[in-house]
Amino acid sequence: MATRGFIGKRPTDGVGDRLPPGQYLTEDFPVLSAGPTPRVGLAEWRFTLKDGVRPVMSWDWEAFNRLPQSKLTRDIHCVTKWSKFNTAWSGVMVDDILAEAGIAAPSEWTLAHAYDGYTTNVPTEDLVGGKAMVATHFEGKPLIADHGGPARLLVPHLYFWKSAKWVNGLQFTRRDEAGFWELRGYHMRGDPWREQRFTGD
Amino acid sequence: MSSLPDIAPQPARLVWQPAAVVAITRETPRVKIFRLKPADWHGFTAGQHVDVRLTAPDGYQAERSYSIGSAPDGSGEIELVIDLIDEGEVSPFFHEVVEIGDEIEIRGPIGGHFIWRAEDGGPLLLIAGGSGLVPLMSMLRYRAEAAPEIPAALIYSARRRDDLIWCGELLRRAAEDPNFSLFATLSRETAQTDGIRHGRIDRALVDAALASLPAPPRTTFLCGSNPFVSAASTFALDAGIPFASIKAERYGG
Repeated sequence: MATRGFIGKRPTDGVGDRLPPGQYLTEDFPVLSAGPTPRVGLAEWRFTLKDGVRPVMSWDWEAFNRLPQSKLTRDIHCVTKWSKFNTAWSGVMVDDILAEAGIAAPSEWTLAHAYDGYTTNVPTEDLVGGKAMVATHFEGKPLIADHGGPARLLVPHLYFWKSAKWVNGLQFTRRDEAGFWELRGYHMRGDPWREQRFTGD
Repeated sequence: MSSLPDIAPQPARLVWQPAAVVAITRETPRVKIFRLKPADWHGFTAGQHVDVRLTAPDGYQAERSYSIGSAPDGSGEIELVIDLIDEGEVSPFFHEVVEIGDEIEIRGPIGGHFIWRAEDGGPLLLIAGGSGLVPLMSMLRYRAEAAPEIPAALIYSARRRDDLIWCGELLRRAAEDPNFSLFATLSRETAQTDGIRHGRIDRALVDAALASLPAPPRTTFLCGSNPFVSAASTFALDAGIPFASIKAERYGG
């Protein structure tokens, strides 16, 4: 239905076709999380890869930073409607984490875990094949805590709640287990181009 | 982060629906309140929001999320509080164009985390910056009807006296309700009204609010801009409030 009197501010050329439906462009980098920012020191930081309940491999901060470093510059899209273009990240690709652990992805489903107790489920195929990383740097600087530092998951082609802040592990699961927001009505995959915000979208 | 048992049941699907504008109130120089009657509404939980979608004649659409400020009261109507953002796209439309009788597309209610029901219990500590008051006001109004015995304290920070939303109602509730304390503070001017403080939120204000409660809060709800919530959550953690009992909602952009 057309809204009486609404014209809107059209995005300029070159912006509109990069904005998924219902999104607007911001130059800021808003912070969104369900609770306070956890204080995670590098000395106690760990990242653990699990297959079900079985730990496959675990890294401390130093060991994790010795893994191959990659860069990704991508547009990101938050389900709260903002999008930000050309965000520049560096860190370790999920592909390289699996290679270091000496495994191929053992199941179709992955649950990401974070220091604040947050979880989010991501189809494994959205994490491998050069699509996702565990990011430790944003625009060349160590990732600040408000944006998920020391390290966050980065799955830029899905809504940004999938890019778990303060990530401390990836767990392969036998079925698609709903994470924190997914249990609260948000979509199991979250593709912004298909506007998969909520269950049933 | 909350543990699993407090998850509200979720609808199978959120469907867009028209909502008639039944009342418009200018609450402050920059805030208007829109009372909407959705066509098919089955209630909500205090703290939830709705998505609003505006459609231009050529099909172009803009979407935003707005918190519900009214209490879940069975009226079948909801109040959205819209803060005017000068360079914005949606808020100037609401402020300058929308009239009583218009239909606006919405879907919701949305949100299964930043919510409070009487059975969740208290005491409650609510901390609001600016229009972050809106979902917390829904909780306060609902509490006053459904569970007035549950102790609650509200810290509410705004820039100026003119920016305080529902100021009269808050002062009245604080005066009349023995189980509710208000800690309103202005960051950019000194109020001439009794009981309104001057200065930004700080640890002392959080301590004062905690001291007004008979027991530590079961849940602390924080809502406002990113910098406000970051600062307030630091003070709350420093004051000894457990991490897992704090729920935050941040207005980005």
